[in-house]
Amino acid sequence: MMTIASSPRQTRAASFADWLEVRLPKLVLAPSVLITLVFVYGFIAWTSILSFTRSKTIPKMEWAGVLQYAKVLGHERWHVAVHNLMIFGVLYVLICMVLGLLIAILLDQRIRHEGTLRAIFLYPMALSFIVTGTAWKWILNPGLGLEKLAHDWGWSSFHFDWIINEQMAIYTIVIAGVWQASGFVMAMFLAGLRGIDQDVIKAASMDGASLPLIYWRIIIPQLKPVFVSALVILTHLAIKSYELVVALTGAGPGYATELPSTFMYAHTFTRNQLGMGAASAVMMLLTVAAIMVPYLYSEVRGPRTSSH
Amino acid sequence: MSSLHIQQVRKSYGSTDILKGIDIGIDDGEFLVLVGPSGCGKSTLLSMIAGLDTVTSGDILIGNQRVNDLHPSKRDIAMVFQSYALYPNMSVAENIAFGMEMRKVPKAEREKAIQDVAKLLQMQHLLDRRPSQLSGGQRQRVAMGRALVRHPQIFLFDEPLSNLDAKLRVDMRTEIKKLHQRLKATIVYVTHDQIEAMTLATKIAVMRNGELQQLGSPSEVYNKPANTFVASFIGSPSMNLIPGRLVPHGDGLALEIEHNTTEGLQIPLPPQPDSVTAYVGKEIIAGLRPEAIGNGNLQKHELTRQVQADLVVTEPTGPDTLAILKLGGFEVTARLEADATYPAGHRGLFTVDLTKLVMFDSQTEQRIA
Amino acid sequence: MSSKNWDSPQMVQGSANRWSRVIIYGLLIFFAAFYLMPLVVMLLTSFKPLSEVYAGNILKLPAHWTTASWVKAWGEACVGLSCDGIKGYFWNSIKMVVSAVGVSTFVGAMNGYILTKWRFKGDNLLFGLILFGCFIPFQIVLIPMAAFLGKAGLASSTSGLVFVHVVYGLCFTTLYFRNYYIAFPDELVKAAMIDGARFFRIFFRILLPCSGPIITVTVIWQFTNIWNDFLFGASFTTGDTAPITVALNNIVNTSTGEREYNVHMAAAMIAALPTLLVYVVGGRYFVRGLMAGSVKG
Repeated sequence: MMTIASSPRQTRAASFADWLEVRLPKLVLAPSVLITLVFVYGFIAWTSILSFTRSKTIPKMEWAGVLQYAKVLGHERWHVAVHNLMIFGVLYVLICMVLGLLIAILLDQRIRHEGTLRAIFLYPMALSFIVTGTAWKWILNPGLGLEKLAHDWGWSSFHFDWIINEQMAIYTIVIAGVWQASGFVMAMFLAGLRGIDQDVIKAASMDGASLPLIYWRIIIPQLKPVFVSALVILTHLAIKSYELVVALTGAGPGYATELPSTFMYAHTFTRNQLGMGAASAVMMLLTVAAIMVPYLYSEVRGPRTSSH
Repeated sequence: MSSLHIQQVRKSYGSTDILKGIDIGIDDGEFLVLVGPSGCGKSTLLSMIAGLDTVTSGDILIGNQRVNDLHPSKRDIAMVFQSYALYPNMSVAENIAFGMEMRKVPKAEREKAIQDVAKLLQMQHLLDRRPSQLSGGQRQRVAMGRALVRHPQIFLFDEPLSNLDAKLRVDMRTEIKKLHQRLKATIVYVTHDQIEAMTLATKIAVMRNGELQQLGSPSEVYNKPANTFVASFIGSPSMNLIPGRLVPHGDGLALEIEHNTTEGLQIPLPPQPDSVTAYVGKEIIAGLRPEAIGNGNLQKHELTRQVQADLVVTEPTGPDTLAILKLGGFEVTARLEADATYPAGHRGLFTVDLTKLVMFDSQTEQRIA
Repeated sequence: MSSKNWDSPQMVQGSANRWSRVIIYGLLIFFAAFYLMPLVVMLLTSFKPLSEVYAGNILKLPAHWTTASWVKAWGEACVGLSCDGIKGYFWNSIKMVVSAVGVSTFVGAMNGYILTKWRFKGDNLLFGLILFGCFIPFQIVLIPMAAFLGKAGLASSTSGLVFVHVVYGLCFTTLYFRNYYIAFPDELVKAAMIDGARFFRIFFRILLPCSGPIITVTVIWQFTNIWNDFLFGASFTTGDTAPITVALNNIVNTSTGEREYNVHMAAAMIAALPTLLVYVVGGRYFVRGLMAGSVKG
């Protein structure tokens, strides 16, 4: 029924090319998958195992049960770190969202030089906080920074020493964190605002709704997906925050601004408590995973069901 | 140019069957149009002919060669895509030459081939442009050029006109038909537009839900639809499908149309073959094209019948006027002459041409006559 | 990526009165001042002599503009025990960034191509696995990675850091290219296949030439991220091999005696310049990268 015109040799060459073509994509993808499996998941497993051992200076495969977790959870500095993370996380997420939305709405009013303003609100995200923290540290310095500026300008009763005040230092981290990330949230909201159907807004204003009412009743409710994204991204950034503290307070004064991330680093690299470092890292991961996995699942699933 | 044979081709993804055993054969130089509503499997079938989709079972033969396992580039086919799929980073000339470049055709030969095709399609002035600088019609032309330059065994067209505006679509349709006549090429053409199918094809394959409904010439498909689906899919406005019954009438039969809310209507039929007489007393579906119902415009002969009908509304289209009539209680469309004017609610005599009557089994919906 | 809508300010009621405009602009200028302040303070201070730093305030213009702090920061400031300025670390970062960005971008492009145009069973699961890597707190990999780099002889080396950044940058680059290529018409790939192009040819001749925007986004994003990294640099390097962020942190935190704030600020500015420059030139793409890393669809 079939006649093949080409010679057997050509067919074999062709079939090898075809054989390769079928497997080539997977072959090329394989190294990346392997790297991810080893250096992300393998290392997660490694750290997890380590967190159940007696490792101190060097990894030691001696089973310790949940000892390290008990040590971390009973550690005064960890309590401070978790408490700080709560304060920082809640304020950081909340203020970033409110400020980001406010600036996005302001920018959405047909503003001149919108591009320049956008660039100004977003640049903190493009710079390392190790860099900008240097400036913040100085601005917050009671002797030389804002306090002195206020005094020079004639407000002699102005007092601002939060950065060296154990009770208040964590709030300076919030200020700097908000300064860094709120522009990013602004950008997310602005993109969301630009995606809203203008006809709906025209219809609402023909119905007699005022501009604030249109925002409150019609526009902001439509930004729900942006709120979800911003919430998830900010929360996970809050948990991962590290440089903010290192650059601004070095976890001090004392350990008043300790966060889980600095706790982990200190125990792993300077206090020779690998086991505790690992245990704290695992707890950080689990918290992030609890937030990110459902989010990523819905994000990856979403496009697929709609495009296929 | 080659013949094409599709034998018992099936396609399934997991447990869902996309194609359920398709058999189509066409000769060298034929213009096959695969037509059907979206999701009928026509595009999948075309992809399988191209080699862009795998065949679950069955065979595809181009010429006499089984091509199931051949890479698309080795099947000696060319394809024009719905979106034209012009490489955005290449000029028109480079687009046309890309396939030859991949086949290591010498440069001089490529240049000549580009010039020939450009001349054939009258687009010499476009050769240096980028696809983004072309209009929709020009892009379509380039996509055709890219296919033509290959001189393949078979041309595959995947809804090539659906992105053009209405007027351009008609013009390009004519161009494609002229090209087919000139090149005597074998073409497989997918569309959901039944007018394209009727105007272009030498053979139409009507598909639905992964099954071939009918394979035949445009006139066969139009005049003798295999079932009610084909009857209503081909033709615009579509064929009137009227539930009725065959009853004895004198020596012969009559078609009785009776809606339970109004008085019925009997149309005496000419002598029928045994396949139809077996349906006496049974429900059937009568199919009448709008042009088989008329008034003064229908030539009267021994197989025309006068029937009483109520006119509901008229819709002048220019060349003719469509009239919605109540015939035995059922709404049907009739194609009347252009200047036909009736007051709403007019009741009068209209003409039915029984040579154009087809009948379907009311259960299986297959044609019985 | 909904950034296409960015450049067209939308119409919301044209009748806003004068006062509300004043309030809107007033607020925006106030916020802009707040956001700009740290940068302004850095710049002003870096051009002041030390005496003015202590005598004046953070927003006072320098009476005597001087670039002495910049010169000192570049060539003489003490990082730990050695006092050769940050120039060496600057070059460390440059070397690290160029290789890490190049490799991770290319591999990400390949991955995105395969995950969208050569789909296979389970590809979405693999993508999900890779994607999750973007968001892990990197504390979880610090200990094993330190051990691995030691075993591989890459500890405290620029190559080691490049490796780390490629590994953890792949997630993002794959994400970017995958989301870009998913909108790239499949028909083009099919057309190229029929024309006789195969796997690599299709990528290099058809997709890659059309990837200008996403390459820019990815390169800028990776450049910014890797240049700004501190955690990996601090964990896996010591002494001379440190990237500039680590060196800067050392300068700022280890100076003894009178703190040379002007030199600190100059060093910070030097560390900021490359990313600042990239931001000023390609800010639009940076924003796109930022958005693509958070909201898809």
